Amino acid sequence: MTTKLTITAEIEKVAAEQNVRIAPLADDLNLLDSGLDSLCFAILVARLEDCLGVDPFTAADDVTFPVTLGDFVQAYENAAR
Amino acid sequence: MPPAEVRWLRDWLDDNSDDCGRQLFGRSAQVALSALKRGSSLDVDLATLQGRSVLVATGDQLTAALALIELDGVARRLTVVPPDVPRAHFAAVMADAAIDAVLSDASTQDHETFGIASRVICRPQLRPVAPARFDPQPTEWVLFTSGTTGRPKMVIHSLAGLTGAITRGANRDSGRVWGTFYDIRRYGGLQIFLRAMHDGGSLVLSDADEPVGDFLKRLGRHGVTHMSGTPSHWRRLLMSPSARAMSPGYIRLSGEIADQAILDSLAAFYRPARVGHAYASTEAGVGFDVDDGREGFPASLIGAPGDVEMKVVDGSLRIRSPRTAIAYVGAGAAPLTDTEGFVDTGDMLEPIGERYHFAGRKGGIINVGGLKVHPEEVEAVINRHPQVRMSLVRPRKSPITGAIVVAEVVLQDEGKPEGAARSGTLRDEILGLCRARLAQHKVPAMISFVPALAVAASGKLERPHA
Repeated sequence: MTTKLTITAEIEKVAAEQNVRIAPLADDLNLLDSGLDSLCFAILVARLEDCLGVDPFTAADDVTFPVTLGDFVQAYENAAR
Repeated sequence: MPPAEVRWLRDWLDDNSDDCGRQLFGRSAQVALSALKRGSSLDVDLATLQGRSVLVATGDQLTAALALIELDGVARRLTVVPPDVPRAHFAAVMADAAIDAVLSDASTQDHETFGIASRVICRPQLRPVAPARFDPQPTEWVLFTSGTTGRPKMVIHSLAGLTGAITRGANRDSGRVWGTFYDIRRYGGLQIFLRAMHDGGSLVLSDADEPVGDFLKRLGRHGVTHMSGTPSHWRRLLMSPSARAMSPGYIRLSGEIADQAILDSLAAFYRPARVGHAYASTEAGVGFDVDDGREGFPASLIGAPGDVEMKVVDGSLRIRSPRTAIAYVGAGAAPLTDTEGFVDTGDMLEPIGERYHFAGRKGGIINVGGLKVHPEEVEAVINRHPQVRMSLVRPRKSPITGAIVVAEVVLQDEGKPEGAARSGTLRDEILGLCRARLAQHKVPAMISFVPALAVAASGKLERPHA
């Protein structure tokens, strides 16, 4: 599974568990408009660290927080390289 | 007939002929209590330890028990060392407690005396001596507090304070056989030792190196009637195939929060045994007993007049009573009580209906994006699932919320193949329970199934330092 597919699958799982309705997961979706709250993101980032082996928001010295879903996926793809 | 005032522990030996048959059962030796009237476990005359400050540092619980009986009322101070105190801290302990004699036993590997001239060896094989003739003087009992790392903290107790919860109203009943998963050199275990002494009964001592199954069979063989331990001890016991080797009539839990799940499990498993839980701490002494089979305690206890007074300050339980410790040991030690003489237990209370439930430790809170979570309240919900034996909830660092809540769970049927196959369903069921009963930020973000959880020598679940 690609990084992107892993991420979108986990987002859907967390959203279902947390009982939140999410917007269609397009690359240009603003994360703040996604329907995911900070607890959802915290859970998502922890789970992604377990399955992808990286946490791009803790690992780097200069963490830039992503704005769109595309940025978010990019952060994982960059960290994996 | 209970003695009006206990002057020393020997008052509970010399009572009458009830003592025949009373035993202290160790793993590899046993001693009849009546034999202590005309025998001694010590290799020196009792008189040489009169007025001394003695470090009781035996390897074995049986020799510690014998030494405590013989030296109470004789020594000025008895500092009782639990088995897991690192040797590196001994010098500090000796200085803080002004030790001038060290008592050890054959199982103590190195016979260091740490520069102290007087060294005493205690053996379960008694040597005959004339009956002790002393005018007993009050002995200070120095106990180690639990749950500290680094330089050990110690508190001073009196025998009257230590036995304050037992001496009144209790009847001597020579048929009792007490047992405890605790080490008697900790407050919880010492309470059971003193109860066995007072009740005119016997006591079965645990041994750290003994497999749980063997200990249970030993308890069964000696016919244990009254058994005590922490909820973690009891959860581990229920996982043992030998759990039915004993059939106690009274089960007591203390030292950790007794949740409804463990109370119900024990009541069902050992029916018709009475199951009670007690609140006590090394610093605050025995607070109260709860015998209605329900978790928490009646809210009416707070503010009620009596020997033990309790209040809640900023959510934390404070206790003032003659059973609390007298002071911390050592020069420059922090005060034990507030200005009104109350000990802050650091145990957080949550009012639920007509009761208070224990929510967790003051310092153990997990902060999820500014929202507080007590690990224990989440564990109590997880433990309600019938397939769950025990659980540990801990923080996991998060770059988003600072921390999130994660859980490790031990299943009842851990090890059986169907346990692993069902874990996906079980995870969903446990999370469903949590979602139904807890706020969203308290629901574990992740649940992992583990074969076992570490339990510290104190009998309490080992918690990571937050």
